[in-house]
Amino acid sequence: MAQRTLRRKIERFLWRKPRAITEPLVVRWTAIAITFTFIGLFLVLPLAAIFTQALASGLTAYFRSLWDTDTLSAIRLTLITAAVAVPVNLVFGVAASWAIAKFEFLGKSVLTTLIDLPFAVSPVISGTIYVLFFGLHGYLGPWLKAHNIEIVFAVPGIVLATVFVTFPFVARELIPLMQAQGTEEEEAALTLGAGGWQTFARVTLPNIKWGLIYGVILCNARAMGEFGAVSVISGHIRGLTNTMPLHVEILYNEYNFVGAFAVASLLTVVAMITLVLKSFAEWKFKEESVQAAEEVEGLPQ
Amino acid sequence: MNAKTTLILAVLGVLAVLSSVSLAQSGAAVLLNVSYDPTRELYQEYNEVFARHWEKETGQKVTVRQSHGGAGKQARAVMDGLEADVMTLALAYDIDEVSARAGLLPKEWQSRLPHNSCPYTSTIVFLVRKGNPKNIKDWDDLIRSDVSVITPNPKTSGGARWNYLAAWGYALQHNNNDEAKAKEFVTKLFKNVPVLDSGARGSTITFVQRSIGDVLLAWENEAFLFMEKVSKGEVEMVVPSMSILAEPPVTVVDKVAEKHGTVKLATAYLQHLYSEEAQDIVARYHYRPTLESVAKKYAQKFPQIPMLTIDSDFGGWQVAQKKHFADGGVFDDIYKPG
Repeated sequence: MAQRTLRRKIERFLWRKPRAITEPLVVRWTAIAITFTFIGLFLVLPLAAIFTQALASGLTAYFRSLWDTDTLSAIRLTLITAAVAVPVNLVFGVAASWAIAKFEFLGKSVLTTLIDLPFAVSPVISGTIYVLFFGLHGYLGPWLKAHNIEIVFAVPGIVLATVFVTFPFVARELIPLMQAQGTEEEEAALTLGAGGWQTFARVTLPNIKWGLIYGVILCNARAMGEFGAVSVISGHIRGLTNTMPLHVEILYNEYNFVGAFAVASLLTVVAMITLVLKSFAEWKFKEESVQAAEEVEGLPQ
Repeated sequence: MNAKTTLILAVLGVLAVLSSVSLAQSGAAVLLNVSYDPTRELYQEYNEVFARHWEKETGQKVTVRQSHGGAGKQARAVMDGLEADVMTLALAYDIDEVSARAGLLPKEWQSRLPHNSCPYTSTIVFLVRKGNPKNIKDWDDLIRSDVSVITPNPKTSGGARWNYLAAWGYALQHNNNDEAKAKEFVTKLFKNVPVLDSGARGSTITFVQRSIGDVLLAWENEAFLFMEKVSKGEVEMVVPSMSILAEPPVTVVDKVAEKHGTVKLATAYLQHLYSEEAQDIVARYHYRPTLESVAKKYAQKFPQIPMLTIDSDFGGWQVAQKKHFADGGVFDDIYKPG
């Protein structure tokens, strides 16, 4: 008896299922070993290399290269870009998924497909279309010039390109979630006399909270890290239209390896924070859906 | 706190950030210099020197902003609306294009400043690995089957066009001006090129950081700068028996400068490049100075070799560009990737 309990404990520790429904030990451990080696070689080592290179000339050099005026301005521009792109896509994402999941209308499937467009096209194209559209010789170029509005090779262009590229993240997260949740709760709220906004704020939003946060985190990560689209539209003016990813390239091309990797290390830190937050949101999200499922099961039929 | 207030606070936050940014524009005069790849270090120093000079002359503070990239790409950006007050590019053709296609400056821009608007010149040399293991001495070594050559893409890089024309000119001279032979020579050379980067700096990094290739065709200034700044004896410079006089011109972009009200400032910025003070910086950053007195001082540094010129040997940039680099030109014919 005691032996069996111990064995079950070990099995649980090793996440082992009963032998009959699993692979032999050797196969499992080889698979795990291969995965870890792969991840180690292709993910962890390069990440470690970023930090080693950044700190190659010591901590003082590291911080001095970050305190550079152009670097600070690149950091500021990246923050501004994300600060605009993320809320815009948050509002759009919630609106779009609300419309798609809760209502029937003509052209719904077209809209769903269009939302995925930025995932499908190369970021270079995303940048180029804005240059074609708003550039001096683009369709709107002459008008913009006449009214002294700068879009391409200026901050608005960078923000636009980023919004475009990060467009699908929130909506993509929410649509399946809202579709799965159906419209019963909203209908119930409406029959109980709640207004539209009230229903949204008190019923829909709490239901999608963690999915929404998850989408926002991913959206933010991409907004800060986007290179291709922004590179096309930025004009690469130091201290003015350089975002962090572009600045990494510029510093690298200037043989300033400590500076380049120092900025890269900041982006890496953002990525790591993103991963932690993402895992947390995922965990919360799962926990709540389990809870919700249990509640439903517990209700008298 | 409910969702509504959160949303409102978020929107207000964003607005606050944005307005603080637009307020941050300062009162100093600002000049944007759109340049090609290898001039980064040169203009970093020159901009400070000029700012001091301008403040002393006029009492006005000036900030010069820089944008760097392959010359063709940079010209394209200016045409598309990058508001450059001045352009300092790798070759005249790209500026001609901005003039012809976008009408941002007059056609005869190149006659406005001395020396064809080129305050400094350079040439094309080779960089090889330490000890020159493949024994590369001259252009004809580049077409050997055991030699791998690094050069950027002539379609996007000004430096690469000089590289290409130097090779073409060498082949012509050594084959009694037989164009077919020259084409064969350049074809063989580009067969030996494993990576075509879009700009000169990218190629240098491919050659040195990524250790690809046996020889890098480089601007002389880029080769010097690199040996001074990065490599500690890993690479050596080889000067071929002949090369090409690379003339990187500078100009004010009239329409943009007029709009910004910076015509006087931009003109002074370029004129000051010809001063003794600036020419000395130019030479220190390994460009060949055009001012006699400074050229003499640095005569030791720059090897004297026979050099072709774009105007007398290739009929000027318009002709050379059309023949070699335009769509359907010789380069398209000889370079088939893969």
